[in-house]
Amino acid sequence: MSLTSFMSRKELIGFLLLAAVIFLVLPAALDSFRLNLFGKYLTYAFVAVGLALCWGAGGILSLGQGVFFGLGGYCMAMFLKLEASTPENTSIQSTPGIPDFMDWNQLTELPSWWQPFYSLPFALLAVVVVPVIFAFIIGFAMFTRRVGGVYFAIITQAFAAILTILIIGQQGYTGGVNGITDLRTLLGWDIRTDEAKTTLYFVNGVLLFAVLLVAQYVRKSKLGRLLIAMRDQEDRVRFSGYNVANFKIFIFCLGAAFAGIGGAMFTLQVGFMSPTLVGIVPSIEMVIFCAVGGRLSILGAVYGALLVNWAKTTFSEAFPELWLLGLGGLFIAVVMFFPNGLAGVWSEKIEPRLLGLIKKSKDSDAATPAGAPAE
Amino acid sequence: MFADYSWPELGAIFAMQGFAGLILFSVFVLMALGLAIIFGQMGVINMAHGEFMILGAYVTYLVSNLFADYMPALFSGYFFLAMFLAFIASGALGLLVEWGLIRHLYKRPLDTLLATWGLSLILQQVYRSVFGAREVGVSIPDWMMGSLPLTDLIEIPINGIFVMILAVGISLAVYIMMFRSNWGKQVRAINQNRVMAGAVGINTEWTDRLTFGIGCGVAGVAGSAFTMIGSTGPTAGQLYIVDTFLVVVFGGAASLLGTIASAFSISQAQSIMEFFLSGSMAKVLTLLVVVGILMVRPQGLFALKLRK
Amino acid sequence: MSDQDPSNPANGVSRRAMLAGSAALTASLFLPKQLKASDYPTDMVNTTGLAVTDDTVTIGILHSITGTMAISETGSVQAEKLAIKQINEQGGILGRKIEYIQEDGASDWPTFAEKARKLLVNDKVASVMGCWTSASRKAVLPVFEQHNGFLYYPTFYEGLEESPNVIYTGQEATQQIIAGLDWVNKEKGAKSFYLLGSDYIWPRTSNKIARKHIENFMDGCKVVGEEYYPLGHTQFNSVINKIRLKKPDVIYAIVVGGSNVAFYKQLTAAGIDPAKEKPIVLTISVTEDEIRGIGGENIAGSYACMKYFQSLQNENNLAFVKAFKEMWGEDIVVGDVTQAAYLGPWLWKAAVEKAGSFDVDKVRAASPGIELTTAPEGYVKVHENHHLWSKTRVGKAQADGQYEVVFETAELVEPDPFPEGYQ
Repeated sequence: MSLTSFMSRKELIGFLLLAAVIFLVLPAALDSFRLNLFGKYLTYAFVAVGLALCWGAGGILSLGQGVFFGLGGYCMAMFLKLEASTPENTSIQSTPGIPDFMDWNQLTELPSWWQPFYSLPFALLAVVVVPVIFAFIIGFAMFTRRVGGVYFAIITQAFAAILTILIIGQQGYTGGVNGITDLRTLLGWDIRTDEAKTTLYFVNGVLLFAVLLVAQYVRKSKLGRLLIAMRDQEDRVRFSGYNVANFKIFIFCLGAAFAGIGGAMFTLQVGFMSPTLVGIVPSIEMVIFCAVGGRLSILGAVYGALLVNWAKTTFSEAFPELWLLGLGGLFIAVVMFFPNGLAGVWSEKIEPRLLGLIKKSKDSDAATPAGAPAE
Repeated sequence: MFADYSWPELGAIFAMQGFAGLILFSVFVLMALGLAIIFGQMGVINMAHGEFMILGAYVTYLVSNLFADYMPALFSGYFFLAMFLAFIASGALGLLVEWGLIRHLYKRPLDTLLATWGLSLILQQVYRSVFGAREVGVSIPDWMMGSLPLTDLIEIPINGIFVMILAVGISLAVYIMMFRSNWGKQVRAINQNRVMAGAVGINTEWTDRLTFGIGCGVAGVAGSAFTMIGSTGPTAGQLYIVDTFLVVVFGGAASLLGTIASAFSISQAQSIMEFFLSGSMAKVLTLLVVVGILMVRPQGLFALKLRK
Repeated sequence: MSDQDPSNPANGVSRRAMLAGSAALTASLFLPKQLKASDYPTDMVNTTGLAVTDDTVTIGILHSITGTMAISETGSVQAEKLAIKQINEQGGILGRKIEYIQEDGASDWPTFAEKARKLLVNDKVASVMGCWTSASRKAVLPVFEQHNGFLYYPTFYEGLEESPNVIYTGQEATQQIIAGLDWVNKEKGAKSFYLLGSDYIWPRTSNKIARKHIENFMDGCKVVGEEYYPLGHTQFNSVINKIRLKKPDVIYAIVVGGSNVAFYKQLTAAGIDPAKEKPIVLTISVTEDEIRGIGGENIAGSYACMKYFQSLQNENNLAFVKAFKEMWGEDIVVGDVTQAAYLGPWLWKAAVEKAGSFDVDKVRAASPGIELTTAPEGYVKVHENHHLWSKTRVGKAQADGQYEVVFETAELVEPDPFPEGYQ
């Protein structure tokens, strides 16, 4: 794959613009508190990018991305919790050295499946692998039986409900409804300070770009073109001799991996993980980030996640008693009037005009020949 | 675990538990029928279904207050009027929503999900602003509370019987409308082939609107009935949404009979497991079994063979 | 949200409160004991950069006003606003009017953490009245400890916590549970108990303490069943059947939220009328607020173990209930947590005045030993462990939605968040 087939000039400009926003504009414009908030929003962007691939490119709408986000987050939180639960820190417990919520639930030793999470490499691996395994099981069972569309959405929603009830019900092992809280250090590095959170913001940004590049690669590869073909005419792709299910499973697992990374970064950035991020409501919200940004565009998904969360925070600070009206109205307006989201507005309304302006100025200069061929 | 009890006790318990399962079944049927009409016949994913139910509950609350203040003599009968008005109110809102929102989205079923999610947020906030954030207490006429003692051990809750009768009645009404009325024929015709249905002179737009309205109206009646057994607050509708969708999908979306069969099997499974396991685990297991079966048989219990 | 924004209707109440406050200030200039701001220069009382000016001090209110928890938390918000209004009418704290910034936790724990950080870092509030569920408190706790904020937490809760940055104005679990169990054993001769709860940490920990107490400290008593249902569960017929089978003397119910309404409605409908006391229904999770949703006729005859009931007949409480209804409407009710939330601003005022400073470290040092003789529940005192000494009371639910107090501990009960022998 050559460079131009990997990324057109227009797309390259889009990537650079986003990089400028994340690495220059936001850090320069915001104080550290707001920047840290944007750090949290960025972790949702991982999920949104995954959804843009699954839903926008693949036509698979998952209402259970919270499951993968949560699994990734919990894997990270387990490691951090074990690091925070040294015998010295937990000396007032009846069994020092185990996480506090286990002690409250009369557990007297660490469950065996928690043991491996003492190791950071294992935890980091688990952040990606555990969601992928779950996604594989779900995807394999459903796609080989050609479940799709609305049915898939509702079944993944049921998974979100199941996992939430399970986490809350098994509180001795999971921290229950409180989640895993009071996480302190990562290999001795205090993650609670403002400086640490700012550092994590930039780590988030870098990781997000890595994820975006992977997504871009997938989109531009043969797989990406097949996905779009499948979305539009699944049977024809099948009749052409492709195993449709395998491609769907792959893309769904990839989305889950992205979500898992986002969840782990969320745990680091916010300092705890809780079942409120696993359930149905957050899962639907994640889809909405993607819809607002434009489901067809991976960059749009990032902007969508940032914008919706920023709007949520701003509305609720300004009108704590009425902000849901604004948020609900935003969703309806996007679906009704901007079905392709921000990205659609950009490519249909703003970009042609910008290009027109540029062209005009170029014409008046009458110097440069035509640039890159149109997409 | 049965060693401690005598045979009559055990017999009574199984009878009671079976009855509890039947009540749960009726609740599921009431929840799901409206959605089965909307989702099954129109393919619209209405995430605001719970909010339409709660609208019915609030209407019941208003009517009960009205009767208590102005017509205390007739209070014992207010519930029937309340259910009727709940149907009208939720149905009317349904018509409005179809006209303003849903009809623009028929070609994009997944988008209806997002739009109705936004709608549900708005409705929740409207309820909160109008009725306050706290739950409201709906007073139920005395004759509907309490129980009929059959034997020393077996007591039948009257509101349970009421919910059951209502579930049967509404199922019958929906059945008759769907399979005996002109509207039902039109709905089914549109479901099978929209273009052809339009070509033979069916007003597809109006039929869609009416279908959505009736589905929402049925939700309103369910909400009205649930004031007897559950809470009425701005966010109470969300409690029902997962169960409702699962019942409909498990039954096979386009089949009303399937909805009823799935409501029956899910309720019995949950009710039996609740007796042997803790409530949380029973719920998890029920959901897992349902999802497991759906993975093996994605079209649900009763699938209609449709030409696509 | 800022209080000076007149375009926001949500500010109406506080604006009225401030107007009333300034009227009261003019009147109180002639009172001898008035603390004047000029006696407490701002750079003396605020050495840590809090939001304190020469005539105002800003605090935060952080509760859920949207989402499922709004049902419960609304009362706390109202009580805190009432206390702030009354304090302002009496001249404020160290001569400064209290202003508040309200944020919505939206029943979502990460949002609570976000808003707590906003209040402490951005708005530099001097203290925060807030949180309701344990989960939200656990979520904000690291934020408060990191930024050295000061939180007044109103809810009865499971204990097992003692943060230097929190004053717990509700009861910890042993304060609420033990006296009630002893009472039902002695007074009603109850021997067997069925424990029931919503599935999260407070009911589970509370039932654990109840079970230990029943099995280890109550002669001949036993637990015959223990059961948990997911939050938001609405079908209780199965557990009602189990209860019928086990025939316990007492159903000990810690069901919360919407489930509560479903549970009591279905219990009554199934022929287990709490008023017949066969079995006795004893709860620690139903205040007058919840009864409004349940309906008095569905719960009449149940017993609740709390520290406060609206029906308490003492002067403090009569005045408090009257003021509460004047501010928020005649048909409103006041529950245990609402009263505990009302104590928050008053306890903070007392601590600030004792310390002569708004600085969190000084307020913290001054807090233990603070007494409040004007509390609606009677006399309370802050313990070394940041919880309150308070009495435990048992009330019997009436059809009109109120409780009739049938028992009250003779002495204040000492808070014991880490009870020996109960873990």
